[in-house]
Amino acid sequence: MSNKSAFMSWIDARLPVTATFEKHMSKYYAPKNLNFWYFFGVFSFLMLANQILTGVWLTMSFTPSAEQAFASVEYIMRDVEFGWLIRYMHSTGASFFFLVIYMHMFRGLLYGSYQKPRELIWIFGMAIYLMLMAEAFMGYVLPWGQMSYWGAQVIISLFSAIPIVGDDLVTWIKGDFLISGITLNRFFALHVIALPLVIVALVFMHILALHEVGSNNPDGVDIKKYKDEEGRPLDGIPFHPYYTVHDLVGIVVFLFVFCFVIFFWPEGNGYFLEHANFEQANGLKTPAHIAPVWYFGAFYTILRVVPDKLGGVILMGAAIAVLFVLPWLDRSPVRSWRYKGWISRINLVLFGLFFILLTWLGTQPATGIYATLGLISTIVYFAWFITLPFISAKEKTKPVPERVTG
Amino acid sequence: MKSLIAVIFALLPSFVFAAGGNVQLNDMKVDLEDTASLQRGAKYFANYCMGCHSTKFARYNRVARDLGIPDDVMMDNLVFAETKIGNLMEIAMRPEDSKKWFGATPPDLTLVARVRGADWLYTYLGSFYADETRPYGYNNTAFKDVGMPHVLAGLQGKQVKGCAPVVIGFDPLTGQELKEDSCARTDDAGHPVEVLYLEEEGQLNAAEYDKAIADITNFLVYMGEPMALERKRIGFWVLLFLAILFVPVYYLNREFWRGIH
Repeated sequence: MSNKSAFMSWIDARLPVTATFEKHMSKYYAPKNLNFWYFFGVFSFLMLANQILTGVWLTMSFTPSAEQAFASVEYIMRDVEFGWLIRYMHSTGASFFFLVIYMHMFRGLLYGSYQKPRELIWIFGMAIYLMLMAEAFMGYVLPWGQMSYWGAQVIISLFSAIPIVGDDLVTWIKGDFLISGITLNRFFALHVIALPLVIVALVFMHILALHEVGSNNPDGVDIKKYKDEEGRPLDGIPFHPYYTVHDLVGIVVFLFVFCFVIFFWPEGNGYFLEHANFEQANGLKTPAHIAPVWYFGAFYTILRVVPDKLGGVILMGAAIAVLFVLPWLDRSPVRSWRYKGWISRINLVLFGLFFILLTWLGTQPATGIYATLGLISTIVYFAWFITLPFISAKEKTKPVPERVTG
Repeated sequence: MKSLIAVIFALLPSFVFAAGGNVQLNDMKVDLEDTASLQRGAKYFANYCMGCHSTKFARYNRVARDLGIPDDVMMDNLVFAETKIGNLMEIAMRPEDSKKWFGATPPDLTLVARVRGADWLYTYLGSFYADETRPYGYNNTAFKDVGMPHVLAGLQGKQVKGCAPVVIGFDPLTGQELKEDSCARTDDAGHPVEVLYLEEEGQLNAAEYDKAIADITNFLVYMGEPMALERKRIGFWVLLFLAILFVPVYYLNREFWRGIH
């Protein structure tokens, strides 16, 4: 480029800054018909940055010991300048991270973004989700409130269901015979160093794989099929500046909602910050009702559907594992639900609704009508995956347009 | 019509009670801007509660500053421990002693409002009644067989539980209260409904006592989240900023996408 400054030429001769920027931003062609659902990827990225930055500042004042953890969180809330803001950004950020991740995943289901050739993007995404669950679980233990302690007790004890090695495994994870300061310390190490490193690396791979094959779109058509003389997709548009300014609009709206919760509704009615967690952990006093945070609700419901512990753990594991193989379960010749048959379309909406129901049930006691609903929605959840290969292969699809429809 | 609605509303609580079976909570209106109420709450708290309950995550000078109390006034009137104004609000009672005396160590109350909620605290403080079977002579309808003595009995007087006339509605013509003996009704289990009523008045009358426990509750809500007002104040400006920022960002995007179809 002729208008490049001498400084940039010097840099580019040593580090491919301009080339990388062009490959991933200014000459990365994204379909021009990306809609509302495509905001959630960038929102997830925003939440990742939020969690890392606020996390770093929380670490400066947090003390990871059984004696001091709870008090140090209150120290942050009361004595550290704007500590309350940083803490609420982090706690609200955790819930919002999952919220936008779930929307992002559902987008993938709607438009078949996991289908060939994007299987690896989906698998990296699922790996991120899995790591995120571990990250959130361990982070939840750190404030050392009642629900931190007893939630950890419930989740860690799941490993004891594994035959033969189960009990020893639980002791190994805890690093003690009970959940103690030792457990808290190792969870702190994993939460602030190990898992964030893994998550950032996976996000990098997720985006690298995406940019290799290019973004899908609401029509599920391949924009690389029709190109102009210079080889640019006719239905594509440079990510920068078009999608950067476009995403900026979404980000401002998203931040408005996010900040509303931070400043006016940080407890989220006990869903974002649970009431019982404002009481310091006490190993001798079991809370009346132990429930995981809302974002684990769906899998917690599936766990509780089976009266047998090992059976429940296996079913819960299967519920997560089956998501990984989704790209090979969907055998439809078309990607987007816009062109799938009406059975697929109804099923997908039902699947989404029942996932919300499963999530809500996870925060309720598993008795009476809740238990029945839990069983029904678990069956619906698995039925969707089991029937998908047959329905998607058999049903009549609509013709997919050659170009995007806008 | 108006009185009909009034009767329905008057009856609502009893329906809720019958349906739930749990403790029915009185509605408490929290007002963190009412500094006078918070100051009175702090006074009652320091005088009646802090003998046994700490608020060990909060500092005296923060409370003084937030509630508009000068440091020296705070030290002279609200700090009874041998401590300094910048210290945490801890108590001298040893947990192992209090456990022996009350059966359970009185919990720290810094965050109790965030655990229990304002309505519960307000209801609890108004629900002590004389019960000879309890070691300290009092029981509580919101917290059965609680170990805590009724430290506010001097203020409230003697409240007892039994049959008493209760307002069940209003006469549609005269607007006068209609009363009925509470034991004329039965609960789900078929027992007559007993209510709390004042047998002997204390230093305060019923309305004054209600106000006092509302002040204590208000203070504890403040204590649970001392920055709540600041949070909302800053939040308003943050949202305003984002709302204004939306305008140029929206038009910037529209300008860039003008030619794209």
